[in-house]
Amino acid sequence: MAEQPNNNAYWSANIRLVTICLVIWAIASYGFAILLRPLLSGIAVGGTDLGFWFAQQGSILVFLFLIFFYAWRMNKLDKEHGVDEE
Amino acid sequence: MDQTTLNIIVVGLSFCLYFGIAIWARAGSTSEFYAAGRGVNPVVNGMATAADWMSAASFISMAGLIAFVGYNNSTFLMGWTGGYVLMAMLLAPYLRKFGKFTVPEFIGDRYYSTTARVVAVVCLIVISVTYVIGQMTGAGVAFSRFLEVDVTTGLIIASATVFVYAVLGGMKGITYTQVAQYCVLIIAYTIPAIFISLQLTGNPIPGLGLFSEHTATGQPLLVTLDGLLTDLGFNEYTTGSSPWLMALFTLSLMIGTAGLPHVIIRFFTVPKVADARWSAGWALVFIALLYLTAPAVGAMARLNITTTMWPEGVQGEAVAADELPDWFQTWSVTGLLAVEDKNGDGRIQYYNDNSEEMQALAAERGWEGNELVTFNRDILVLANPEIAQLPGWVIALIAAGGLAAALSTAAGLLLAISSAISHDLIKSTINPDISERGELLAARISMAGAIVLATYLGLNPPGFAAQTVALAFGLAAASLFPTLMMGIFSKRMNSAGATWGMLAGLIVTCLYLFTYLGWFFIPGTNMLENTSANYLFGIPPTHFGPIGALANFLVAYLVSRATAAPPQEIQDLVESVRIPRGAGAAVDH
Repeated sequence: MAEQPNNNAYWSANIRLVTICLVIWAIASYGFAILLRPLLSGIAVGGTDLGFWFAQQGSILVFLFLIFFYAWRMNKLDKEHGVDEE
Repeated sequence: MDQTTLNIIVVGLSFCLYFGIAIWARAGSTSEFYAAGRGVNPVVNGMATAADWMSAASFISMAGLIAFVGYNNSTFLMGWTGGYVLMAMLLAPYLRKFGKFTVPEFIGDRYYSTTARVVAVVCLIVISVTYVIGQMTGAGVAFSRFLEVDVTTGLIIASATVFVYAVLGGMKGITYTQVAQYCVLIIAYTIPAIFISLQLTGNPIPGLGLFSEHTATGQPLLVTLDGLLTDLGFNEYTTGSSPWLMALFTLSLMIGTAGLPHVIIRFFTVPKVADARWSAGWALVFIALLYLTAPAVGAMARLNITTTMWPEGVQGEAVAADELPDWFQTWSVTGLLAVEDKNGDGRIQYYNDNSEEMQALAAERGWEGNELVTFNRDILVLANPEIAQLPGWVIALIAAGGLAAALSTAAGLLLAISSAISHDLIKSTINPDISERGELLAARISMAGAIVLATYLGLNPPGFAAQTVALAFGLAAASLFPTLMMGIFSKRMNSAGATWGMLAGLIVTCLYLFTYLGWFFIPGTNMLENTSANYLFGIPPTHFGPIGALANFLVAYLVSRATAAPPQEIQDLVESVRIPRGAGAAVDH
């Protein structure tokens, strides 16, 4: 398998990207919206605090950003490592 | 023209649209029946996935779930969207690359084991049948409420409709019908929300209106709502409790969402791995359009109803019984709303009569308990157009939207069930020599059988129907999600590890649920009272998914280390699933 080292580099780049995205995913939802909400209570948003906004809307917007960022970055990585579909 | 006639016309037109699509998108091969020929554009698939995912519960009940509890039920918003991040990064692109038709097929091939495949089929069927019961009853209720036919007739009309386009078109028919159903349901949900947001805050975008100023009081909307609710003895809308349990429940919903087979198979329909990645993003865009509006609908409806009950403010007199708005009378007929003038003063006092402070105030003011005796959460969405005084066609649109939400999800679930039967059981296990035409016929017969079963269960819902939703999410989280993920991310994971892991997740989750909810949910057979004092580490059965998943991961890891590594060809298979190149070749396998 001549492609092996190349694929390993591709796979570890993928794992790194997924890890970063999932850390942000967890901080936005479990963190800002729930467990870290008391820390953000000083930041007022529309009659309540930032944590409430994250719980009802902010986390969803972060999820959206993450999926599109991941898709864009991965499709680029595919080409860089020569494993894309064309 | 009266409202019922108008509802019948709008719903009838939407059904004609679905039939038209069914005839246009007939399936000619098994590839079209199971995966729409893998020719679906990623944006189109995103829209179909959104309709597939958003059920009658999302459409009718979610705003109410949030409105009655406030901040704490944000878990539903985060849980039912955050799962897509897991699906997009950990499952969808790799399963698309694998290029087969069903979830159990991946598990069977990856773990080179018919046992593993059959266990996966069992999990899939339990999860999907549980879910489909709720959709069928939801469709039946929507029919009876809006079209004034009885529930049985409504359910049979709904089943017949799904029958036509699902049996004829398979995944191909379902995909394009779901696109139409998404358009119907999102329009129906958004129009009343926009008008209510304009009336209350002057902001045409409900999601922004939620955080804007309430025109009538000049304060932020949420401050007004918090003030009114605390004055009536209810919990403040924006504050919460038990953050760790909230986090656990959110995690449970997220992992469960990512492991639901009827959503996963939607990603088998796009042409390329790159498309599967984009498509997950588009699915979330279309889901977010509703999920960003839902919390606004909830909060605004709660505010509207509270001010309707207290037109002069909480310090003034309550609303007179004969001055209740018309929609109140209309919806009292359905039993979703009921008032009872307990103290006979001709006014309806709405407050929290469990609060001690309010009991003192009630004694002082001569109230004898909360007089808005029934206040069903579904009313918030169903009566929204009437609360906002919108014309009759908007009310008819809500009827069509509710049905679209229920039917689109039911069809997706039925396809997952029928493909597991015809492809995983008949084609692969019982009769491998079956021809392409034979398998297509078997798929259609399984679909018809699944619809008949779902209709029967919808007409005679088992007594435990409400609890089984927790079971579906718990099982998806504990059985399918970890097994699929390890199949991709761990080359060392072998057949024994995966099978024992799945069984461990399944058994631990079922035992925990049965302990508190009764053996097979039969009331009275539970070994412990379903109260927080009895819970293991205070974890309610509904929050158990992540623990079941953990059991699966642990057992799988330990068993796989104690047994031989998978054969070389399986390790090569994992290697090939991890890279997108070659996905096109899998199209016509």
